[in-house]
Amino acid sequence: MNARGFNVLGLVLVGVIGLAFMILTPRLAELDTVLDLTVYMIMAVLALSLALIWGYGGILCFGQSAFFGLGAYTYAIAMFNIGESTLPLLLAIILPAAFAALLGYFMFYGRISDVYLGVITLTVTLILFNSVNSTAGPEFHIGAARLGGFNGIPGIPPLNWPFDKATTIDLEGMFYLATGSLLLTYFGLRLLLASQFGRIIVGIRENERRAELLGYDPRAYKLATFTIGGALAGFAGCLFANWGNFVSPTIFGLAQSAQIIIWVIVGGRGTLIGPVIGCIGIQWLSAALGANQPSSGSDLWSKIFANAPLILGVILIAFVLLVPKGLVPMLADLGQSLLRRRRERAARGFEPQQAE
Amino acid sequence: MDLIALLAIQVLYAVASLALISVGLAIIFGMMRVINLAHGEFLMLGGYAAIVATSHGISIWIAMLVVAPIVVGLIGIVVERAIIRFLYGRMIDTMLATWGLSLFLVGLTTAIFGNTTVGISAPLGSIQIGAYRTSAYTLFVIAIAAIVLGGIFAVMRWTRLGLIARGTMQNANMAAALGVNPPRVYAITFGVGAALSGLAGAVLAPVSGVFPTIGVAYVAKSFITVIGGGAAILSGTVSASVLFGTINQIATFVTTPVFGEVALLAAAIVLIRLLPQGITGRFFRRGL
Repeated sequence: MNARGFNVLGLVLVGVIGLAFMILTPRLAELDTVLDLTVYMIMAVLALSLALIWGYGGILCFGQSAFFGLGAYTYAIAMFNIGESTLPLLLAIILPAAFAALLGYFMFYGRISDVYLGVITLTVTLILFNSVNSTAGPEFHIGAARLGGFNGIPGIPPLNWPFDKATTIDLEGMFYLATGSLLLTYFGLRLLLASQFGRIIVGIRENERRAELLGYDPRAYKLATFTIGGALAGFAGCLFANWGNFVSPTIFGLAQSAQIIIWVIVGGRGTLIGPVIGCIGIQWLSAALGANQPSSGSDLWSKIFANAPLILGVILIAFVLLVPKGLVPMLADLGQSLLRRRRERAARGFEPQQAE
Repeated sequence: MDLIALLAIQVLYAVASLALISVGLAIIFGMMRVINLAHGEFLMLGGYAAIVATSHGISIWIAMLVVAPIVVGLIGIVVERAIIRFLYGRMIDTMLATWGLSLFLVGLTTAIFGNTTVGISAPLGSIQIGAYRTSAYTLFVIAIAAIVLGGIFAVMRWTRLGLIARGTMQNANMAAALGVNPPRVYAITFGVGAALSGLAGAVLAPVSGVFPTIGVAYVAKSFITVIGGGAAILSGTVSASVLFGTINQIATFVTTPVFGEVALLAAAIVLIRLLPQGITGRFFRRGL
């Protein structure tokens, strides 16, 4: 089978498994499992946003959580002021995208190198975290919505059917929405990356100077990629605000940003399915580690194993040092070399007979 | 008049603390082109080292000025040998690995010391400036910053070690051809940078207290200072500290401390857009 065949097979497989998962889970699983899975799906959309801009665009953004948090906060604030979710949902996509575009303009048109880009995005995240964190007083409000500072905004109204305020979404509906969004995002990005635009941004990632000499403006393409990533992250943030009916500044925090990076690096840069797998795997691991948290906490080892940042840190270091490509590309390489070896062995097994 | 004197001290203090927290990072970044995202955690470890030493009956001055730099410097050398040396020339990967290290250190200190703020009271009392009182410790921090910067200048300019370090920084292959062992220079440099971070963390510990995630409060500011400063270690750190410290303190004075920090970071982003090579990319090029 050639590469194209594998590609189609992979797409069909993802589609079938995704749809089956979406349809069957609420029928088979308990409601609290469905609730947990919903947040995994939402975070996977977020992972895909970074998979696009880092894995394919080559833009290392340490502040993807800034757009995520901005989306969540925008939705919450707009919801309290408008009360009908069609416009807030759109705003939660448009505002982070606009913010990404503004930030991207400064960075790409300033021709800042990759490394500085990482530092700047990190800084912006911290600015947002610090400023939102300090808005606890009642004097900080936007319209009817109080920002709440480090307490966050509780009781965010859920999404409703477009222009129909009475029909709000329930927990199961939220699962369908999140999983559907993940599938749509995945296939949408596959489509985008197969288009001319996608080819060009990958070309820019591979060799920016060459792409520029061929007549493409890397700054504009990077800016567009970054903006799309920001919009996606904002959308994920809006879903997240819906999932818990709550946002707090920790979603801007460094821990959140680090998680997104870890999902992508564990799953593999330059793939879309990798970050989704990485995201779900790491979140499952974090939940499992958090679950056996000892209440007394006297033993140092049990404290260490219940400590998610510590384990995540070790995972990140280990992957950078040992599996820098990530799991999915590594497995793909492994599979390919096995296949090649078998083919070679088959060819060799043929030769001696001819010689004799 | 008194108010102006007080404000001047505050501005000077902001500049000094920025320079202190950034200089260790600047050495590591300027000499080795390594972006150490665990820098904030080195500062945090310095603070903890000082506090643990003080609680074991060591004088606070020795704990801050001797124990903390030595402990964190040794940790730095271990980190360089265990992680960083495999990643030279891969800037992004170093960034990611040191970020992992930062998470790891936060997790480890949380497991050991708990997620609470530990403080040591600032030694030295307060001094009177006209109608106002200010902590004498502020002046101590300013003095320490001046001594550290002066010391780095002296070492870099007048000693053989400084000469080797500058040579390796300019052209590692040439230095190796002349008999210098670059890996050893890198290990020492990383250790010195970490030691200075430990010193800064310890000196600032009485002001801010120490808790496992305090690194986050430092890391953005110090990165912005180093990047805003540009390639030259000393003149870059000093010029960027002066610029950002002044902006920060004046904005704090006019509004709130949080807005002061936001103003600092926003100013830095604009500066990097205008001078992508940092201040020393355009001015004071011949500085150290």
